[in-house]
Amino acid sequence: MKKINYIIISVLFSLLFIVLYLSLGNEKIYNTQDLVGKKISEVEINLFQSNETFNTKELTNNEFTILNFWASWCGPCRKEHPNLVRLSKIKNLKLIGVNFKDEKDNARNFLRENGNPFDILAEDKNGKNSVNFGVYGIPETILIDSELKILKKYIGPLNIKDVNEIRKIVKK
Amino acid sequence: MKNILKALILFLLIFSESYGDENLSNKILKNLRCLVCQGQTVHDSNSDFALTIKSVVKDKIKEGNNEREIYTFLSEKYGDWILLNPPLKKNSFLLWFLPYLLFVLGVIFLFFLIKKPKIRL
Repeated sequence: MKKINYIIISVLFSLLFIVLYLSLGNEKIYNTQDLVGKKISEVEINLFQSNETFNTKELTNNEFTILNFWASWCGPCRKEHPNLVRLSKIKNLKLIGVNFKDEKDNARNFLRENGNPFDILAEDKNGKNSVNFGVYGIPETILIDSELKILKKYIGPLNIKDVNEIRKIVKK
Repeated sequence: MKNILKALILFLLIFSESYGDENLSNKILKNLRCLVCQGQTVHDSNSDFALTIKSVVKDKIKEGNNEREIYTFLSEKYGDWILLNPPLKKNSFLLWFLPYLLFVLGVIFLFFLIKKPKIRL
């Protein structure tokens, strides 16, 4: 009888230990790992300079595309901007900038001061369209291929290491 | 009198519909994790992200999407991490069944603990 009790207690404690030990390794913050390999939504996005829209389906014409969500009021966006300018020099990579919850005049001034690396400039006035891309803060950058598949998603400002990584991916 | 009655019925219909939408919206928002907050649901948070998700959920309900469709849409965009009630999958199997297993083991343990051996007189 006592033997059975000992076995049950040992099993319970072992299970508890395994669960607690495994959860130590779990990341408790949101990461985008689940999204890599998935296709981005085919949605209409408003263009910044006109009342027209463009469909993300059109991005299938590009070998690689970067979707960058930015705003003039966002400090880290200013920090990452030179890196976007660097990326704009890569031939088989198109840059789409989505101006996020911003004032048009401020956004224009931002690009005038820092340069405009974007092939297409779009806008998301209320931030709702960005939900289709799984954006939850800015800056965020999504690298996709011609099948609209997400190759990489960067949360936060792009640094030079990220630029080199993107260069490697698009060179393959 | 007839007109007043009609207006009243119309008012009640509109009110009950929007009340139903509001209830569904609250239920969904309480099951969504605010990704930029510390341990808060989207419903409880007033962060920029939460406000956008609240607005998107309202739009989706208006478009006629049901609860499950809205959860599917959001988990496709943000992963299962956004759901406070994660779906049963291979990697969440343990999470779902371990409490039941522990309960059964606990009951067996108690059974043997309480059951006293018969004492010969």
